[in-house]
Amino acid sequence: MSDRSRSFYFSRRQVVRGLLATSAFGLTAKFSSGCAQSSTTGEAGAEGGAVDEMVVGFLYVGPKDDFGYNQAHAEGAAAMANVPGIKIVEEASVPETTAVAEAMRSMIEIDGAKALFPTSFGYFDPYILELAAEFPDVQFFHAGGLYQDGVHPTNVGSYFGFIDEAQYIAGVVAGHMSESGKLGFVAAKPIPQVLRNINSFTLGARSINPAVTTQVIFTGDWAAPVKEAEATNSMADQGIDIITCHVDSPKVVIETAEKRGIFSSGYHANQSSLAPEGYLTGAEWDWSSIYTSLGEQFMAGKTLMNGDIPHILRGGLADKFCKISPYGPAVSDAAKTDADAAIAAVESGQVTIYEGPLKTNDGKEVVPSGKGLPIDDVELEKMDYLIEGVNGSVS
Amino acid sequence: MLANQPWRRSLEAVAIPAGAVLLALLIFGVFCALAGANPFQVYASIYKAAFGSWSAWQNTLIRASPLMLTALCTALPARLGLVIIGNEGALVVGALAATLTGLSLGASLPGPMVLLAMGITSLVAGGLWIMAVGALRHYRGVNETISSLLMNYIAIALMNHLVQGPLRDPGFVSKPSSAEIVEAAWLSTIPSTRIHYGLIYGVIACFLAYFLIQRTTFGFAARTAGGNIRAARIAGLPVGKLTLAVCFLGGSCAGLAGMVEIAAVQRRLNESIVSNYGYAGILVSFVSRHNPLAMIVVSILLGGILASGGILQRSHDLPDATVLVFQGIVFLCVLFSDSLYGRLAIFQDRPARASGTVASA
Repeated sequence: MSDRSRSFYFSRRQVVRGLLATSAFGLTAKFSSGCAQSSTTGEAGAEGGAVDEMVVGFLYVGPKDDFGYNQAHAEGAAAMANVPGIKIVEEASVPETTAVAEAMRSMIEIDGAKALFPTSFGYFDPYILELAAEFPDVQFFHAGGLYQDGVHPTNVGSYFGFIDEAQYIAGVVAGHMSESGKLGFVAAKPIPQVLRNINSFTLGARSINPAVTTQVIFTGDWAAPVKEAEATNSMADQGIDIITCHVDSPKVVIETAEKRGIFSSGYHANQSSLAPEGYLTGAEWDWSSIYTSLGEQFMAGKTLMNGDIPHILRGGLADKFCKISPYGPAVSDAAKTDADAAIAAVESGQVTIYEGPLKTNDGKEVVPSGKGLPIDDVELEKMDYLIEGVNGSVS
Repeated sequence: MLANQPWRRSLEAVAIPAGAVLLALLIFGVFCALAGANPFQVYASIYKAAFGSWSAWQNTLIRASPLMLTALCTALPARLGLVIIGNEGALVVGALAATLTGLSLGASLPGPMVLLAMGITSLVAGGLWIMAVGALRHYRGVNETISSLLMNYIAIALMNHLVQGPLRDPGFVSKPSSAEIVEAAWLSTIPSTRIHYGLIYGVIACFLAYFLIQRTTFGFAARTAGGNIRAARIAGLPVGKLTLAVCFLGGSCAGLAGMVEIAAVQRRLNESIVSNYGYAGILVSFVSRHNPLAMIVVSILLGGILASGGILQRSHDLPDATVLVFQGIVFLCVLFSDSLYGRLAIFQDRPARASGTVASA
């Protein structure tokens, strides 16, 4: 009996000890929360008081150094940060789930962001549309061709580049440099944006050598490194000597091509460091110029809601929405000359990339002879075919 | 002594995981200091972003809700001694079934009826998916861990095939997706919050699972079979039926998670449904030692960690993988702390030790 009561006494001491420890933890937790709250109000006050300062949020679906889509946007964001008064906040690797809605919300509520650039395609519907309705004074800029006038909130804007113009130039270079006349294209999914790139790359190459063919392989995923490497290897085995791609991160494709000793042409960002010998050129986004100009417009007080900034921003090489990578060491002088001439012709509008007669690879005529689809034609945003000269199928 | 025991044991069950989380915070603090951030500011930010305000709480709960349901897909079969990691596949199949039901019923029935039908088909589809794993295990002796893992890839490939082919909505250009389910069949949010009803489903499912496993003869039979399958057979328990039933229940929970994701969040089926909720659920299940009630707490903890991922990048310039490092440290600490149960003297029964001293004296 006494033994048991003694044991109880000891345990009580331990309980007291435990309680002390817990309350100490609780106190520190409260303390840190107190800290946090005061810092929030401080931030909010500073943000509200200063009119000539603006917080801009950027969200990426993958890492910022992926040698691809996200890196291109992150480089643009870094350029926007140089605009006086603009402060950027960034979040990388945000999946297309409720996570992106929550990330945007905390950028608005905690960081006081007044403009957001959620850069992945899949962020738009439903996440951006819902948040835009809830926060009408925050501007949402989305990269993609998805804004519909009158249907979507006025604080939503969309911007995108006709990067198929840059792919056309890359095709011109490829048409010169290919000895076998066989080009390869590793593509993610058969959606219009991707099909435009495949077709324009092929058209560029065929403008130099009409016998060129492009083999396309769809991996089915925006990021599928194993499949991308397999596709590149099997293309190299088939005698294809230049490979380009449209996937989120071209890193694997470019590196594999370099290892196999064949030429590569980049996409999204500059990948020349991955393939110092075989990198010819590449179709790159030029977000730095667009983001810098938008940043300057923000500081001048312009907004989407007032109609100062157009809801749909589009442009190609001429408007600096895209560019080509500096030519690699392997590119011949003849190729450079023709590519430079093609750039000038595309920028001035002398050359229409989608010029009739244009047939699909299963024989249907899409553009009749004597007609041409200008680069900003909405028909092109619905593209669901591969043109003659491309080996592959969209379904 | 008898009165003492449960009290000490429950103290042990709370103190050890709490200690593990504190240790994890300490290790993570060292990591942050090495990465050039002030650990105390980082702690404050994590707290602020995960639990610091009602808005932050909602963020945490939104992220936690799918995990409760997917975790049950591992936790229930675990009581039978089966290690099933097919959560992601069951979720995808559930989402697929819910989408097909929602699209085929369309506006022919009132919204709540469509929702109910979507819920039921997703439960059945997810259940059958994992039940197939249980059947392979029981009748053919196929390793359930490997087969359930491989079934994930089949489910994802099937879903991708359908949304890129027969189910594809040509009007939705940003990615291959099914058409949108009718607005009447959208799952709404809990009033005056932005949390959808999936959270409630998850909590209810966890309580039901706890009751089923701990308080019913069915659960007792399942635990017996999990403890010693031969003894269970000798005792005359229908091990095969138990396996199939428990696998069905586990799979149906993950299937329901898929339906919630479609009806409350995505509204149309596409590759975004594959966002690691299934794999995170495996983690939740193991960390909570397959206890459905603990899973609620662990899911919220994981939701909080995920919710704090953004602020670590934005306010402290830490890389985007930091939150994964933190998550990894927390879960490793919690898993290692598993080995401490029954080893710490404080949580042992005093009389036992007292008699020990007497004996040594």
